[in-house]
Order: sequence, then C-alpha cells, then structure tokens
Amino acid sequence: MALIDTINPLLTTGWAKGDAGWSLKDYEARGGYAQLKRVLASKMTPDDVIGEVKKSVLRGRGGAGFPTGLKWSFMPKAAPEKYVVCNTDEGEPGTFKDRDLLRFDPHSVIEGMIIAGYAVGAKLGYNYIHGEIFEIYQRFEAALDEARAAGYLGEKILGSDFSFDLFAHHGWGAYICGEETGLLESIEGKKGQPRYKPPFPANFGLYGKPTTINNTETFAAIPFILGMGGETYLNLGKPNNGGTKLFSVSGHVNRPGNYEVPMGTPFAKLLELAGGMRGGRRLKAVIPGGSSAPVLPAEVIMDCTMDYDSIAKAGSMLGSGAVIVMDETVCMVKALERLSYFYYEESCGQCTPCREGSGWLYRVVHRIEHGQGRAEDLDLLNRVTDNMMGKTICALADAAALPVRSFTKHFKSEFEYHIEHKKCLVDPEVQRAGSGFFRASSVTGAA
Amino acid sequence: MDNQYDMLSPEALGKIDREVAKYPADQKQSAVMAALVIAQDEKGWLPQETIAAVASYLGMAPIAAYEVASFYNMYDLQPVGKYKLTVCTNLPCALSGGVHAADYVKQKLGIDFNETTPDGKFTLKEGECMGACGDAPVMLVNNKRMCSFMLPEEIDKLLAECK
Amino acid sequence: MLEIEIDGKALQVADGSTIIEAAHQLGTYIPHFCYHKKLSIAANCRMCLVQVEKAPKPMPACATIVTNGMKVFTHSDLAVKAQKAVMEFLLINHPLDCPICDQGGECQLQDLAVGYGESASKYEEEKRVVPDKDLGPLVSTDMTRCINCTRCIRFTAEIAGFMELGQAFRGERAEVMPFIGKTVDTELSGNLIDLCPVGALTSKPFRFSARTWELSRRKSVSPHDGLGSNLILQTKHDKVLRVLPLENEDINECWLTDKERFSYQGLNSPERLTRPMVKQGGEWKEVDWSVALDYTAHALRDVAKTHGGAAIGGLLSPHATLEEMYLAQKLLRGLGSENIDFRLRQNDFSADGKRQGTPWLGMKIADISRLDRVLVVGSFLRKDHPLIAQRLRQSAKRGAQVSVLHSADDDLLITLAARAIAAPSQLPVMLAQIVKAVSQLKGVAADAALAGIAVSAEAQAIAQSLVSGSNAGILLGNFAQQHSQAATLHALGRQLAVVLGGGFGFLGEAANSVGGYVVKATPGATGLNAAAMLNEPRQAYVVLGAEPELDCADGAQALATLSKAAAVVVLSPFKSQAMLDYAAVLLPVSPFSETSGSFVNAEGRVQSFYAAAKPLGEARPAWKVLRVLGNLLEVAGFEHNSSEDVRAEALGGNPDFVAGLDNGIDGVSLNLAAGVSGLERVADVPIHFADALVRRAPALQQARDSAAPTARMNAATLAKLGIGAGERVRVGAGATVILAAELDAGLPDGTVRVAAAHADSVALGAMSSVLSVEKA
Repeated sequence: MALIDTINPLLTTGWAKGDAGWSLKDYEARGGYAQLKRVLASKMTPDDVIGEVKKSVLRGRGGAGFPTGLKWSFMPKAAPEKYVVCNTDEGEPGTFKDRDLLRFDPHSVIEGMIIAGYAVGAKLGYNYIHGEIFEIYQRFEAALDEARAAGYLGEKILGSDFSFDLFAHHGWGAYICGEETGLLESIEGKKGQPRYKPPFPANFGLYGKPTTINNTETFAAIPFILGMGGETYLNLGKPNNGGTKLFSVSGHVNRPGNYEVPMGTPFAKLLELAGGMRGGRRLKAVIPGGSSAPVLPAEVIMDCTMDYDSIAKAGSMLGSGAVIVMDETVCMVKALERLSYFYYEESCGQCTPCREGSGWLYRVVHRIEHGQGRAEDLDLLNRVTDNMMGKTICALADAAALPVRSFTKHFKSEFEYHIEHKKCLVDPEVQRAGSGFFRASSVTGAA
Repeated sequence: MDNQYDMLSPEALGKIDREVAKYPADQKQSAVMAALVIAQDEKGWLPQETIAAVASYLGMAPIAAYEVASFYNMYDLQPVGKYKLTVCTNLPCALSGGVHAADYVKQKLGIDFNETTPDGKFTLKEGECMGACGDAPVMLVNNKRMCSFMLPEEIDKLLAECK
Repeated sequence: MLEIEIDGKALQVADGSTIIEAAHQLGTYIPHFCYHKKLSIAANCRMCLVQVEKAPKPMPACATIVTNGMKVFTHSDLAVKAQKAVMEFLLINHPLDCPICDQGGECQLQDLAVGYGESASKYEEEKRVVPDKDLGPLVSTDMTRCINCTRCIRFTAEIAGFMELGQAFRGERAEVMPFIGKTVDTELSGNLIDLCPVGALTSKPFRFSARTWELSRRKSVSPHDGLGSNLILQTKHDKVLRVLPLENEDINECWLTDKERFSYQGLNSPERLTRPMVKQGGEWKEVDWSVALDYTAHALRDVAKTHGGAAIGGLLSPHATLEEMYLAQKLLRGLGSENIDFRLRQNDFSADGKRQGTPWLGMKIADISRLDRVLVVGSFLRKDHPLIAQRLRQSAKRGAQVSVLHSADDDLLITLAARAIAAPSQLPVMLAQIVKAVSQLKGVAADAALAGIAVSAEAQAIAQSLVSGSNAGILLGNFAQQHSQAATLHALGRQLAVVLGGGFGFLGEAANSVGGYVVKATPGATGLNAAAMLNEPRQAYVVLGAEPELDCADGAQALATLSKAAAVVVLSPFKSQAMLDYAAVLLPVSPFSETSGSFVNAEGRVQSFYAAAKPLGEARPAWKVLRVLGNLLEVAGFEHNSSEDVRAEALGGNPDFVAGLDNGIDGVSLNLAAGVSGLERVADVPIHFADALVRRAPALQQARDSAAPTARMNAATLAKLGIGAGERVRVGAGATVILAAELDAGLPDGTVRVAAAHADSVALGAMSSVLSVEKA
C-alpha cells in the first residue's frame, strides 16, 4: 500500500483505512454524497455549481492546469447530447496518484462526476482507466454498481429531475490516451490518435458531442469544494493555485508514495514527508511534474515551492504533480535513454515530426549511452528537438523533446564525458547499488 | 450467412454484450477494446480470426479492429506463455530497480524480452509506465494482476506461485 | 465572408474556409501531402505548416480555419523553417530509391524535396524497412516508401465506403495495411495510386513499363458506362500504357473506376483483330482492305437485292461512338433496312413509339449530389455505376435519404433510408405501391390502374422517406431497363417523380446509351428491334463493336441465330472464336483510343475525343470503314471527310448537350402482372464483363469482381431445393450449365441469381427467365 502523509488532508481523508475504506458505506459515513444531495435538493442551478468551482480556482490536475470552472462554462447550453469524461489514463512516468484515488476513494470521483454532469447538462459519463491498473478498474466498476443501487446514478437521481449514468472504460496500453482527444478516440473504439484542435472537446468531443473532460483528481476535489465553498478551498493553497494537490513522489526517496499538500508547499518539505533521500545520499536532480517536464538540478528545485507558478518560473512544469527524485548514483545519460525510449515507444505515429523524430532522438541517446556518441551529437539532438517542438497535433513531440533539451542543458558535461570517454561518469557499480534492488531488506514501504 | 463470431463462447459474447450496453446504441465500436480483452482472455492471445470475429460482432471493418489490437500494447498478436510477465523499466521504476528486476527474471527463466520459456509457461515483456511508480519495481502478470515492490525474494515467490 | 491576408495579399473567403483553401483561391501553393480536397482533414503530415500572426507556433494550413483579419505568411522564415523541418523528418526513413521507383518524375515527395530538402541527410541511424502488402492485381506496394499520410485509408473508408486499409501498430512502426490476408477489392481501388503522394502505391499493370516523362498524353472519354468519365490516355510508341482521370467536377470528379482505369490493357490484347479477314469455303483468309470491303459490299448488296433490305439486321454496340452509330444506321437505312438497334440487352420494347424524346438521366450528373431524397430502382448500382454510387454515398453522409427498390440487396456501402427487395416479377407492382403510397401521402389522386393495389410496409417506408424531403430523384438502373416490364417501370417511375415534383431518369448502361437514341440507331416504324431481329432470323447482319453472344439479352439465342445467317459482317476491334464461327467477314476497326469520335453521356453531354494512338495493324476507325462502305454501296450522303463532319451532320451542329432529351412517356398500359411460377433468374452484368474491351483486360480479370458466376440463392430457396452452399448444381432453362451454389441472403425467395455476359452462363439464354436448379 502506498504511503500517505499529508498536511491538511482533504482528498486523502478517505484513505486512512486503506483498502478497507473504499465502499459506499464508508464514503457516506465520512459525509460522501452529501454535496450531490445538497445540490439536487436545494435546486442549486448548474450555473451556481460552476460559479462555486470558478471561485475555488481549481486548476486541472491532469497536467495542463486549465481552470476547471472556466472549462465547464464553455459547454454549449442547448446541446441535447453531452458527455462528462474522466481521464484516469495515468501513464506519465512518475504519476500514480489517480490510481490511489480510485483505489481508496472511488466514490469521491463518482460524486464529482455526477455533479459535473449536473453542472454541464450531461446525462452520460465515462471514466477512462489506464489499462495496466485493471484491478482498479474492477474496483471502480464495483463502486459504480453500489452507486447505481443506491440511486446516485440512473434515472431521476434521488427523486430529482436529473438523470445521469456513468461507466468505466479501460485502456490497454497506450500512453497517448492520456491526451484528452486521444482518449476520446479510444472510447470511440479507435486508436488513441489525438485530434487536431480546435474544435475543442467542449464543442466536439465524444461522438462529436460537447464533452467536458477532466482529470480524476479534479473530479475528486469537486465534492470538497462544494462542501467548504470555493473561496475556502482557494485559500488552502495560494492565489491562482487553489487548494491542495496530490504529489506522487518516486525514485530515490525513503518513502515513495502520494502526498497531499497545499499548493505552494516548499519542495524541501515534500521531500521530508517522503522520508528524505534514500540512504542519505545527495540529491542530484528532480523531474517535478512527470517525465515530460524538464529536469531541474538539485540546487534549483530546492528553492522551489510546489505550485504551478513557482515551478514554471524555475523552467519546468508542475504537470500532474509527479516528482521523480534522482540521487548522485544516477547516470543522466542512462536516465534520459529510458525516457527517450518511452516516447519513442509511445508516439502514436500520426504526425511526421513525432513519428520520425522520437526514434531519431532515442537512437542518438542510445548510441551515446552505449559508447558510440559523436562530437556532433549534442548539436544534432538540439536540432532534432527544435524541429519537433510545436509542430505536431498534440504535445507528445514536445514531451519527447523537453527531457532531451533539459538533460543535455543541465547535465551537459556528463553527456560530453560520455561521448568523449565512451562510458558513464558515474561508476557502474555505484549506479547498480543506487536502485536498492540488491538490498531487499532496506526497502521500506513494502506492505 | 454464418456468424463469423461463433468461434467466441457464449460466455465471452455475454461479457461483450455487457460492455456494448455501456455505450449509446449506435456506438457499438466503443466496446472493441473490452471485447478484444475478453477474446484474448479466452483464447490466450489474439489470432487474426478472433480479431475478425470481434470486428464482425461489433459491425466494424476487420482492419479497424486490427488497428486497435496492434495499437495498444497489451494485446498479444502472437501466442504467449501461460504467464505473461511484464516488467516496467521506465525511469521511475528503473531508479528503484526495474531494470535489475527484469534482468533477474531473465536470468531465472533463461529468456530475454519477447521470448517464451520452452515449456510454454512464461513469456517476458518489457512494459511501459503502469502508473504505479511508487511501488517500484512493478510487474504485471497476465495484464491484469499488478505486483508491487518486486525485489528478488518477491520475484522468487511469484515465479514459484505460477504453476 | 471574411477578410484575410495571405503573404500580404488581401482576399475575401467564405466562413469556415481553411487556410489552404483560402491560399488556393489566391493561387498560392502551400506544400502538403496528407491534405486532399475530397478527403477528411488528417493534419498529420505537417508539411503545410504556415505562420499565422499572433500564433506562437506554426499552424497547419489544411486544418486551421480562417478568422476575420487573420494574417497568414506561407513563406516567412518561421513557416519555411517548419516546412523544412518536416521535410527532413519525412526523408530520414524514406529510401533513396527514386531511380527505380515508378513514382519518379511525378512524386510529390521528390518534387517538394527539391525545394525544402537538404542536399545530404543528417540521419545516420538504420533506416526503417516495411514489408510490402498484396493488395490484389491492380495496386502494387512498396511500403518502405510510405510516409503514413493516410490518404489511402481515408479514401477506402470515406469515398469507397468500406475501410479496407488501416494504419496498424504505432509510432515509427506504424504501417498501412489491409486486414491480414485481405486484398483491396473496391471497384475504385485504382484511385489509391493517384492519391498516394509517394511511390508506396503504384499501378501493378503499369509497373516498370515507362517513365512518366516518356509518355504522350491525350484527353479522352471513358467508353464504358453512361457517366462518360474524362480520361487521360498515356501512350508510348502508339501503345496506351496508362489511363488517368482527367478531373471534371461535373462528371467523374477526380476519380475513375478500376474498369475505366485498367481496361486499356484490353487495347493491347492478343485478340485484337489487326487485318481484315474473309471466310471463303469455310476457311478464314487475311485479305487487303479493298478485298474485304468489296466482299462486304457485295454480300450486303446481294442480300438486299435478293431478299429486300429488311432481310438485313444491324446490331450496334452501345459503346460505339456517336459517329459510328450514325453512319451505321444511315448505311443500313440506305440499304432499305429499318432493323437497327443498339439496345442489345433490352427485353421490353413496348415503350417504342410512346416516348416523347430521348430517355436520359433527367438531370445533370452533378445534380444527383444535390438530391435530398433518392430512390434507385433496379440497379446493381455499386458495380454498374460506381461513381454515381460514390456520389450518393457522400450525399447520404450529408443527410440525404437514399432508398432502393431492387431484386438483390447487394451492399452499396451507402446507409439506406429504406429498401424493398423483391423478385423481378414483383418490381413493377412494388413500384406501383410506392407511387400509390406517395400519392396518398401527398393527397394526390393516384392512377386509376393502381386502385386495387395494397401498399406493403416496405413501399410505405420508401414513400415516407421520399415525401419527407424537398428535392427527390427517381433513378432507374440497368436492371430496370433490361426488365421484361421495363416500359411499366418507366411509366411508374415517371409518375412517381411527377407526384413528388422531383427528377426522374435513367442511369445509362453504356457510354452511348443516350447517343444511340439521338442518332436513331433504333428501329424505324417497320423495323425490328434487337430482340425481334434475333427472334425472327435475318439473312444478313451487320454487327458493330458488339459480341452478341455476350452483349445481348439472350446470348444463346443470338449465337444460334447468327450462326444460321447467310452473311454476318462484323466490324470489331477484337476477334473471338464465336465470331470466327458465325461471321463471313471481319473488319478490324479501331477501339476508342485509336479513333476520333464522341459519346453522349447519361446527362446528354456530347464529349468528343481524338485518337491517342495510331490504329493497331491494319485496323481503321469504324467511321471511315462505314463511310467507304457507304460509297461502295452507292448510298447517298457519305461524303464526310472527318468524324467532325459526321458529328455535325448527326447532331445538326456542334452542341454541348444534345437536343430532345425527354423522359416523358404516353400510352403505356401498365403491366403489373406478377404471376411467375418457378425460380426467377436475377441476372447482373458483372462489372468486368460488360463490354468487349473490359473482358480482355487481364489484370481486371484477376480482380475479385471477376469471379466466375455462381448460382446464388437465399437460405430459404436453398433449403427448399435441398441444396447446400458450395454444392454443384445443374441450372437450366433451355440448355443447362453446372455452377456452384452460393448463399446470398440478399436475394428474395424464389429467385436464383446467375450473372450474364459470361461464357460460363451464356447457355442459360435469356437474362430474364425462369430457371430450374437441381443438384448436379
């Protein structure tokens, strides 16, 4: 079980009982579905709901950070057929918060989606769940069955005039479906190749109908926002960065796991919550927002607070809040090779620059890592990334390019060493020891 | 005409029907991902006739179903062993031993990625991010069961469990 | 309208236009690969990236909708840098095999690489290799060259109507392919070759036979169906080596059917007749033209003198040119014969003398795309008129409702609003029901003859669809025109259109189905029509361009009658064993590619063309041969010096459209009899067997559409006969043939479908008949 520690727990309040606390009974016991009941009973208008969400300045938790209330307000009012879609296709290396949300508190997402359906006028919703977490998909289906049986889903919910149903759709191994239009294509039973935008999903979404699509954590926050009021929620964080946020901390820390902290918490505090550096080793670098975010050297990240604005100022992205911590045992060339392989493997193949460029990047980085680098390779990587960025339908090409650029920028000397000496700057034995794999007993957190 | 999908069992078709029911009546194709998983569970992998059968059942062009089956990487277009082990070797997992875990399994089973043991019991695959980086090293058994913190003794235990 | 600026030039464009469309309006070229005006926007190749003022990134011109005041720069540094970047990516995995690539010289990638590519590649990793695919006999693949623009995939799904190709796998490993083991079988597959911007999909029959710059080009017109698709014939050393579409939005748009594209192979068939031949004492001799013409004139004059002109019959192919038909009928009439016909597959001639003009499409071809309600009656539409089916497919996607009344429920790959599938003998009464139902819905008094008719649910559904729109069209197909109650179908279809206030017309079986009427290649008041000429044997026949055993409604009867005639004069580009058996003289005439001439298409448009190649051997244009025969037979008015002279005389000038087009019909007594006992034959004319030229095109003959005829029946009929699908059956009317039984769920009870125009089924006789079927 993933470790949990929080400052002012909100989204994670329901996680305390771990796998024993996910059911409807537990959720209701901690005040679950009260907000849905209140919305329906008090006849809050959809605009009232959207207004409250706007006040909270809840920014989309999937990575792009777009204000949720604003997104909802884009939905055309008159359209007869609309959809609400939840993006639980969590496959960005480093990110694993939505899995725990659905595992420990699926009903908060269900309640959030129903309320969203009410706010935007949709009658049908889907939660798209990453294929690799099939057990979580099954749990979510079980939670849906409970909600349906209790009358929270279906026709005329709780005796109101509002009808809404919700289903789970699982992926089966494609990172690109985390891109919202790729996800919609995938629900339609196609390859998850992203669509050119505009039109945006709010006008042309699932089955060509207006669709609101948000991240799991975003939906999970909705009942809490309605419960405490938008303004109170905003004030949990900092201006323009409302509320709390889940951070998935992975890599070389003593207690990898999800941590809910208020927006604006210093990185150092988050690292402390995660148990500090594994084996007391020196921090080398951090990827603060999932693998697509530029890597930041230790000295830069240690000065950051964890919110959209601070991380952006430091030259990276908060993204989905996936914090990958790397210590001094890491060879940055090898680390980049893993990431470049990932984007090469996950490019959907649609746009020329990404289809061709992601493989080119991987091959060059692979060569350098394997002692076949050439003096001109760093310029070449720069040129290829330059040619890829900003020229494709979705952001995967940029996501493939950004790590290459940031790794070679911040750790240039390490790459140059590799090219010149045909080997790692970091001793292979030190690297081997760094993973902790060969000292099983020292790994903490294993349930 | 003969149903091309009579090769799928009534149980499988029943499960597919439950998936179809999730979507609007004119959007049967939405169920193709789930249907291919159901078919793969039944057949062990996805022979082309099976893909064609699923396509026919959902009223899709066979190549449209093949596009899906070949796009998502957990569909098996080649036969696999009784236990398909997929090890995540992505960066966050690698930082905590993902690559070492894969090497360990390779050495234990005497096979490389994309190979099957001669007894047909194990197939080893390299996986991409499974969204469980906090539990690294992570492995999937037959796509649906996730195993966390797969250090040597855990791997030994898992391999022993797989009869 | 929106005001925008492209490269500093101001222009007004319609709301909703894309940048590439706006640029096109200005004549500004934006490089692109995946964009095609007839296909959905994919925006995947990224070649068309341009700079848009205030946009931080380059935008794809194909997918970016213009907004008022937008300023676009197609050649700015940002734009060109982006375009060059994309070109570099396109080339890194593209093979450097231009010298051996058939696309060389007409390759978009090659052309654009000149402007946007670097002289050397910076990519030094291993290049991708993609296995080739077997797409069938027409389209050759070299998939390593594919740039994944997906035009081909979108074509099959959107234009041809069924997704036969897809892009499997992902990322760098993505590859275009059909489903495993499948070929591409659409009747429009050749268009993939035109659409492919690189050498991944090329013409299999043309492969490695010439470089594009070695070919001469001539405009021409398709000699096949009534559409009259515009062609470019490409020749080398007076041999047609390739046929491409000549874009004409009013007719074929930018498409061709495979028949139109690949039938040219028949032009080079070993069965071409290259020297005049006469039969002397049962022996065939190749002779000089003068001998052959003298022989012919002598034989015809002899019969006319001895038995009278009426002892001569003229069977003219509806694929013959206007000029040929005109001179042929003039010659026959000069000899005193009124037995002239080009309607060789027609059964019911009772409308003759009752038509108010030349039957035609009843509208412009382009107008078909504007109909919002369509009823297609008696048509194997997708195979008989593939490009009209394509137009209706697009209409249906835009919301038009298409319904069908027919004797077979072939998949048209069009979403149908309603359908009624009935045995051939039931079609008239079904159509009558529709007329009645529409009349009732419209509150109009129906024809008294329809009083006793009960309206079926199918007819009611079709009627309801038809009355729900504002621009209906009723289109009669080849099957309706070949029907034994064709005049009734004509009269009812016309009535239906009148009640609906909509259009009505005939799809047109052949290239000159309208032209034949215009030049009066039809029997005079005292003459015999095509069927009667064969029913009542003549002493002599003049056969122009036809193979009566395959091209007539009753091929067996045609063969028997011709075999007994004293003199059969055949003017044909081809020879066959049947001809050698029944003919007395074979005059080698030019196919359409080797003569000038005209076809009048279904909409009445006169389309003239020149020869693209010299006649093969001693073949000569048929109009010249007929002109000389006219002189030899001393028939007046055979002084033409050119085919243009002939056309001017035939049409009374040089009109763009012929005069006298009118589908009006008067005095036909409706024949609604439906009492047929036994298994009714449903006879289609398979797409690759419809005329002498396509029958001799080898690659087309290997296509799936060229499969040998089977005896197709629905499950109930098979069960009733105790026959299993796949079993050999004896099918017979007069003679019997042995065929494989095949299950066809789309056929009505009590029918058996056996294709006509095929050597394997000629012995069955009439296309419209009752057959017996039993286990062989």
